[in-house]
Amino acid sequence: MTKPFEPLDEEKVFKDPVHHYIHVYERLIWDLIGTKEFQRLRRIRQLGTTYLTFHGAEHSRFSHSLGVYEITRRIIEGFEARDEWDPSEKLICLSAALLHDVGHGPFSHSFEKVFGTDHENFTRSIILGDTEIHAVLERMGADFPEKVADVIAKTYENKLVVSLISSQIDADRMDYLLRDAYYTGVSYGHFDLERIWRVMRQREDQVVFKRSGMHAVEDYIMSRYQMYWQVYFHPVTRSAEVILRKILHRAKFLYQSGYSFQVEPTLLIPLFREDMTLQDYLKLDESVILYYFSIWQDEADPILSDLCSRFVNRRLFKYTEYVPTNYEVYAELRNAFKKAGIDPEYYLVVDSSSDLPYDFYRPGEEGERLPINLLMPDGSLRELSRESDVVEAISGKKRTDHKLYYPADFVYDLSTHRKIKQRMIELLN
Amino acid sequence: MLEDHAKLLRLIQYAGEVTGRKKLQKILYILKKLDFPFREKYEFHFYGPYSEELSLQIEELCNLNLLSEVREDKGGYHQYRYSLTQEGERFLSYYELQMDGLKDLTGELNAQSSRFLELVSTLLFFDDLPRDLLIEKVKVVKQKQNYSDEEIESALTYIEHLQTTRSVS
Repeated sequence: MTKPFEPLDEEKVFKDPVHHYIHVYERLIWDLIGTKEFQRLRRIRQLGTTYLTFHGAEHSRFSHSLGVYEITRRIIEGFEARDEWDPSEKLICLSAALLHDVGHGPFSHSFEKVFGTDHENFTRSIILGDTEIHAVLERMGADFPEKVADVIAKTYENKLVVSLISSQIDADRMDYLLRDAYYTGVSYGHFDLERIWRVMRQREDQVVFKRSGMHAVEDYIMSRYQMYWQVYFHPVTRSAEVILRKILHRAKFLYQSGYSFQVEPTLLIPLFREDMTLQDYLKLDESVILYYFSIWQDEADPILSDLCSRFVNRRLFKYTEYVPTNYEVYAELRNAFKKAGIDPEYYLVVDSSSDLPYDFYRPGEEGERLPINLLMPDGSLRELSRESDVVEAISGKKRTDHKLYYPADFVYDLSTHRKIKQRMIELLN
Repeated sequence: MLEDHAKLLRLIQYAGEVTGRKKLQKILYILKKLDFPFREKYEFHFYGPYSEELSLQIEELCNLNLLSEVREDKGGYHQYRYSLTQEGERFLSYYELQMDGLKDLTGELNAQSSRFLELVSTLLFFDDLPRDLLIEKVKVVKQKQNYSDEEIESALTYIEHLQTTRSVS
């Protein structure tokens, strides 16, 4: 019988546009990649609705997961060369890197907001439940799947292993910044990955960076900052997210109200009923969701039909800056929408920066989050923003915003309610 | 429209002043586990349950001048104190929030130390484990904090007390 920890007869490689090649040496990793739960990640885009803004952003969580595995593998290689690595942790760490996103569903962020699902819980269930992934991991020992799940959940005993996969500078972020920049085609988001690996050192239970490599780490922080505003939090992408959330809200509401769909949304019913099993969850991917959105364009419910048509045909909401303390303006707008027959629950939507909790670098306070520490020439540790003027400057900047999304075509096409229409336009402007 | 922000403001209003971001993070997590209607998503981090969403909401409220943040340099790190501004009080007057029992429990939690709340929130994070495995797990993930058996016992008793108080509120 073939043992999973045996090396492969020959190295396997994947061509990758970001890392050039991704190398697989262990049968365990090769077998994990072949499982149906991991292959499902091919059908889930890494950046959700961003493809509606940056048409190149069609890359999948599959390619990102391979990238995180490859970065982790190379970091471990560096530690091994300096004799700073416990070899018994290697396969646990590589498996966790590969599987860290395996619980993501289609358009995860919106689904979690509407249905209260949690991709981290599904990751754990996939690793520990009745799945092909579990069967492969279990060949390494009965407690091996639990260890891998604990690394991903950040509750594993060895904090160094956790910090490679998840910390303020980790393999996950390093891969997605480079990969997302590549596929969106933006010119920001680049940093010297190899230089960062070279200045990484192990200190007790965390990864630190030699002071001499500070500028490479600065570049990484700047990359995060720019990608946030230019890509992840792009107002047009947020418009698509707003519509997506409202479609899901409407479909759930209709189902719970006893509405009769023209085609029974069989695969989504467990979500609407809030009794979804792992096997139900694994049947969902973006092709399933987009299929329902496509057929819902012909539904009798005018709100569901309109929202789906907007999403499928990219007729997105317009937006304006929203000032939460302008209480009267917003109340008047809601009333005007109601009077004009446009339901504000679905067509007047505030979206805030906290609705997409992408994490900025936070020096923080003691006990909040582990900061990035520099290893000084005298052996002491110093938090990055206390040494770097660049990082210090962007750590304290205003970085929040609120936008109000609405269907401009509905407002401008109002043929009745002329006075209300005029007032709506004034308020929105 | 910013109902989650309003709930957070209400919590801080009831607390009067919260010293420390970590403390605020843990208080909200504990209240969420006690079924108060907070929706911020939490993950386990180096120092226990942590919500990036909450960190951003705090930042938004400060930028809107609804929340006052005072930063104090404590040598190697910074500490932050939070309280409501007058505009924050006005903002809250536009929201009708039904959260019975929140005031007393918030006050009680705010009187505890950050270290103790970190332990309580960590125990609650793993509350699906049986008691012996729970204690073992907390000792593993909180090695550095080196909690004594007495502290863990005291935190478990405190959780029972919180749950009893919540059930009658």
